[in-house]
Amino acid sequence: MRAFTTLTGKVIPLDRANVDTDAIIPKQYLKSIKRSGFGPNLFDDWRYLDPGEPGMDNSRRRPNPDFVLNDPRYAGGSILLARKNFGCGSSREHAVWALDDYGIRAVIAPSFADIFFNNSFKSGLLPIVLDETEVDALFAAVTATPGYTLTIDLEAQAVSTPEGRRFYFEVDPFRKHCLLEGLDDIGLTLQHADEIRAYEAKRRQEAPWLFAAE
Amino acid sequence: MSGKTLYDKLWDAHVVRSEEDGTALLYIDRHLVHEVTSPQAFEGLRLAGRHPWRTDSVLAVADHNVPTTDRRHGITDPVSRQQVETLDENCRVFHITEFRMDDTRQGIVHVIGPEQGATLPGMTVVCGDSHTSTHGAFGALAHGIGTSEVEHVLATQCLLQKKSRNMRVRVEGKVASGVTAKDIALAVIAEIGTAGGTGYAIEFAGEAVRALSMEGRMTLCNMAIEAGARAGLVAVDQTTIDYLKGRPYAPKGALWEAAVAAWADLHSDEDAMFDREVVIDAAEIRPQVTWGTSPEMVVPVDMAVPDPDAEPDRVKAESMRRALEYMGLKAGMPITEIAIDKVFIGSCTNSRIEDLRAAAAVVKGRHVADNVKLAMVVPGSGLVKRQAEEEGLDEIFIEAGFEWREPGCSMCLAMNADRLEPGERCASTSNRNFEGRQGQGGRTHLVSPAMAAAAAVAGHFVDVREF
Ligand code: SF4
Repeated sequence: MRAFTTLTGKVIPLDRANVDTDAIIPKQYLKSIKRSGFGPNLFDDWRYLDPGEPGMDNSRRRPNPDFVLNDPRYAGGSILLARKNFGCGSSREHAVWALDDYGIRAVIAPSFADIFFNNSFKSGLLPIVLDETEVDALFAAVTATPGYTLTIDLEAQAVSTPEGRRFYFEVDPFRKHCLLEGLDDIGLTLQHADEIRAYEAKRRQEAPWLFAAE
Repeated sequence: MSGKTLYDKLWDAHVVRSEEDGTALLYIDRHLVHEVTSPQAFEGLRLAGRHPWRTDSVLAVADHNVPTTDRRHGITDPVSRQQVETLDENCRVFHITEFRMDDTRQGIVHVIGPEQGATLPGMTVVCGDSHTSTHGAFGALAHGIGTSEVEHVLATQCLLQKKSRNMRVRVEGKVASGVTAKDIALAVIAEIGTAGGTGYAIEFAGEAVRALSMEGRMTLCNMAIEAGARAGLVAVDQTTIDYLKGRPYAPKGALWEAAVAAWADLHSDEDAMFDREVVIDAAEIRPQVTWGTSPEMVVPVDMAVPDPDAEPDRVKAESMRRALEYMGLKAGMPITEIAIDKVFIGSCTNSRIEDLRAAAAVVKGRHVADNVKLAMVVPGSGLVKRQAEEEGLDEIFIEAGFEWREPGCSMCLAMNADRLEPGERCASTSNRNFEGRQGQGGRTHLVSPAMAAAAAVAGHFVDVREF
């Protein structure tokens, strides 16, 4: 996994609550058997005026001028700012891959849906929970200031504004460690293979029906 | 010390080791796999030279991309076909049991797991699909995972997890006739919101939940994720045991007896503490219809579309306005005046035999209204389909003007050919009414099977209690 330490990036304000994974990456793109290439279809239904299908040349489609990703002001942004319950809906990790592929490295919102939150860490995308009032303040600043950037420091668990304000956020120590080091979960878990085997052997005794296949 | 909740018990029984911050390595008993969220996981295994830890814990099926019409010619969409063939190939190479498209046991992953007895009380069950919460109806700890986690579970039989908090939703008293598990689920979401269960495992309890069949409990737990909770739970009782007895993957003989004895403990202790408790009066629940683009945008059928101007929360009012515009509805319009174009009876929420019986009972001897362009029934599995046909339900539907299809996810998310066209309005028994969920520009209203059937006949929403 790619490590995450610090990031300074332009902010894209997506002023919506309950942004669901169907909106982040619509179902027709889930047919891919790859992990990459989803960026051009991030927020596809909102971003383009014409319907999209896999394999289309997106440069020939009609962009929706009212959608924030098409606003030249926010081009090249790497931090997405959104409202509560971001990433609700399906478990599709494609939503994280699409954000990542587009160049988003962190999402700031007052709350996230559990599965999306979990998935984010697996691809080195940092979901940051800030208070509703702090998020409000950021929305106001971003819309008022062209080229607004934030700096995120994972080690310090802080988001700093250009005016010098600092907002602190929580992150599980274990996840933070994995992210800072860019560690592979599976490799880490397999270091405990003996413990897994021991657990398994005990369970086979206690609850043998769990191990009986058809 | 207070007692344990059902969730505490399931959690404790599966912890292999814990990190200092409480992150646990949780052992997984059953891993269900489908074609959409697994290809990258198998690819990851291959690239790292890893193997599945315990192939006998894995059961695979293709459901999202499969056609619901004649399957003799396979899948016509080449991208969908490739995804299904990739699953077939991965299962072959890694020696994983798969119910392939031509197998009668094929169906929606959350329908076939319980149907086969592959979901058992006391298990941990995961699947790369958020509606894995369905399996919690059996007193199993079941939740959806992402693709990286699918790979993690394949490789290690474990999942890195933080424990959720405990919530109990008690639905006390009896529901009125015509009010189903789907209406209870939507009423719960109306009460706590789509983020209300975030960070919690929700145990559903109370007289009205105990009274539900396994099918009903599955419907309820299925939509726990729409309430924000990764896992829904119902305690084990005789209904659970009766349902499982004799199913292909369920234990047999002495093993069955031992299992049933152990399952007697799968309930929350009397003195267990919940971090949050919600009590709902069953008698107050009326048939529900969603009007917006989030499952919490829901009202009883005898009400009107709500008015955003009356909503004090600015962000919420804005979402309501956007939803009304997307849905092509006006505030104040009675729900029963909303006319529909299509009807979809299916999905892992409502495609089991009991759902089809309830819908058939409503349409029997009646006909789909002229303004309804398409009404379809998509059974949850090949076995549900066969059972329905043995009971003659297929004929009732066909005579009433419904299409009777092959099993799969179908128009629940429109990854196959079944979808809404822009602007089309659908009465759907599925679980998500997000923008574009059933086809770009499509408008979804979530309802119970009986309500969908009644809407098909009337051409607009009606109160099934008066139908
Ligand atoms: S029926 Fe719908 S919700 Fe259920 S697994 Fe299939 S796509 Fe997902």
